[in-house]
Amino acid sequence: MLSESVQTTLSQVLSSHKQLPGALLPILHGIQDAVGYIPSEGVDQIARELNLSRAEVHGVVTYYHHFRTEPAARHVVQICRAESCQSMGAEALWAHACLRLGSDGHGPSKDGAFTLEPVYCLGLCATSPAMTVDDKVHARVGTAKFDRLIAQTRAAS
Amino acid sequence: MSIRIYVPRDSAALAVGADEVAAAIVAEGARAGHDIELVRNGSRGLFWLEPMVEVLTDAGRVAYGPVEVEDVAGLFAASFQTGGAHALKQGLTDDIPYLRKQERLTFARMGLTDPLSLADYQAHDGYAGLRRALQLPAAAVVQEVLDAGLRGRGGAAFPAGIKWKTVAALEASQKYVVCNADEGDSGTYSDRMTMEGDPFMLIEGMTIAAMATGATEGYVYIRSEYPHAIATMTQAVILAGAAGFLGNDVLGSGRAFNLHIRKAAGSYVCGEETAMLESLEGKRGIVRAKPPIPAISGLFGKPSVINNVITFASVPIILTRGADFYRNYGVGRSRGTLPIQLAGNLKYGGLVEKAFGITLRELLYDFGGGSASGRPIKAVQVGGPLGAYVPESQWDIPLDYEAYAAVGAVVGHGGIVAHDDTADMAQLARYAMEFCAIESCGKCTPCRIGSTRGVEVIDSIVNGENRPQQVQLLRSLCDTMVNGSLCAMGGMTPFPVLSALDHYPQDFGITVPQLLTA
Repeated sequence: MLSESVQTTLSQVLSSHKQLPGALLPILHGIQDAVGYIPSEGVDQIARELNLSRAEVHGVVTYYHHFRTEPAARHVVQICRAESCQSMGAEALWAHACLRLGSDGHGPSKDGAFTLEPVYCLGLCATSPAMTVDDKVHARVGTAKFDRLIAQTRAAS
Repeated sequence: MSIRIYVPRDSAALAVGADEVAAAIVAEGARAGHDIELVRNGSRGLFWLEPMVEVLTDAGRVAYGPVEVEDVAGLFAASFQTGGAHALKQGLTDDIPYLRKQERLTFARMGLTDPLSLADYQAHDGYAGLRRALQLPAAAVVQEVLDAGLRGRGGAAFPAGIKWKTVAALEASQKYVVCNADEGDSGTYSDRMTMEGDPFMLIEGMTIAAMATGATEGYVYIRSEYPHAIATMTQAVILAGAAGFLGNDVLGSGRAFNLHIRKAAGSYVCGEETAMLESLEGKRGIVRAKPPIPAISGLFGKPSVINNVITFASVPIILTRGADFYRNYGVGRSRGTLPIQLAGNLKYGGLVEKAFGITLRELLYDFGGGSASGRPIKAVQVGGPLGAYVPESQWDIPLDYEAYAAVGAVVGHGGIVAHDDTADMAQLARYAMEFCAIESCGKCTPCRIGSTRGVEVIDSIVNGENRPQQVQLLRSLCDTMVNGSLCAMGGMTPFPVLSALDHYPQDFGITVPQLLTA
């Protein structure tokens, strides 16, 4: 069962977006931006209102890397692992981050405060390696800067 | 008199602290009793100097960089507001050799203006192209783009004018202009810079395309990894609409063009135009078989002009200055300029707009200054994750679509990623296959299965398990992927793989030369 507030958000997003041509992605973005993920219980209603099958909606939600089917931790850390960042030591940064956060790069960190994820290019390739912490971008990130950013994030929350 | 200070808002500048520097300048300026007018401009593209702060002086704009928050008090103490001497002073921005040596046509305004100021945009030749286009018959606008020799800058290099001509010739109840802003290639950021630093240029280019082809609706499909670009473009569309540059009566012409921003969702293959169309229609981003070509049956089955950001952004200057002006730059069939993106392990990474014909060696050393690590540059990937690794023996080939194709490489979207001699080319080849496996849409077998098999085969080669046969198997697999895939994802993943194998066999543990041709 969806909580009442999530149900309200879902209905609001659907009613304000469903008239758009090709409305499904804008709707899913709207839900994820507000709720943090796409609750599987919401798929039924989305499908019904867009006159799609549940399989079609589920297929779209799970096709795109951006959409989550589970809530993320309080903070999301994304480290770029594409070629440009690799050439400047991103793999070492990634290994350091996994160790520091106690994460295997897919699930939450050991303390549950961070979700660590790979990302493939943030368009900051002249200042590699690049990463994001929540909605902030950071570049020229070495292990010391990574530790500082994580400490700042912990302190702020 | 107020002092005008520029601190870029480009996300590459934000990522190294531009917001904090801007705040420090405002605070320190107020403390010292200066009247400061802060402008958040786009980036000039000299990223090793970011955050690069500029001050308007009587002699022109003077640059300081890279500026950290801790430097701000010292800059004021050195009277940087009047161009005072300081260790970070770079002199007049226009005289910085990296900028002076460029041929900035598309990026002429980049970093000069406030990206969201329509007044600034028009004071720097903005909307001159659209105004001229509105005075010409639609067919003449298409002809101008054809004559300029503009080819798609997203990677495929298809002549833009031919697409436009196809769409213009069709009768349809609805036509679309779609901008592919799903710039997913590692080592590329010119689309992002354009959307964040000069968004009206893209809007103007798309509007010209609409006027030339009879389209009334437009979409910009922007990757979700670019939140700043999405925010700036969204605001720019609202501002352009309020000022009459978009909407049901563009500049009083009686013609409509409505533009919508759509956020992608992290799928690399949606940079392929038909997968992007599926995504815009609210479906999984699965590649469509062609024909029909999207110019005839594109978005929602209607005729659609699809180009990438830089292609549309190159149109205003072509209309403003004329086709001859533009086509006089370049070599062979590669006309005009390319905003080249220097990335990876380079000392001076940044945006270099030059006419086609420049060599990789000039880019890597005259502009890039060699590797950032100080070690020898070993390999250079040109054209993104699907582009070949170019060895030093090919660094003197002119940057030209045909010359690159002749050696099995691609110019692509103009991204250049340098690797120093610590790079393991077998691992980079493996990564190319792994990336293809992660991002394959799954529609065609060579890409879906071939990429996973490719990872396994490269592992076998590296581990020395029956190496000669495995090398042969890898070549055969790549042949299947190149010739049997539906789109460039599977069809070009073999480019980095085979170029790594051919030019750096020792990294795969191959020491006997004849194995190469086995």
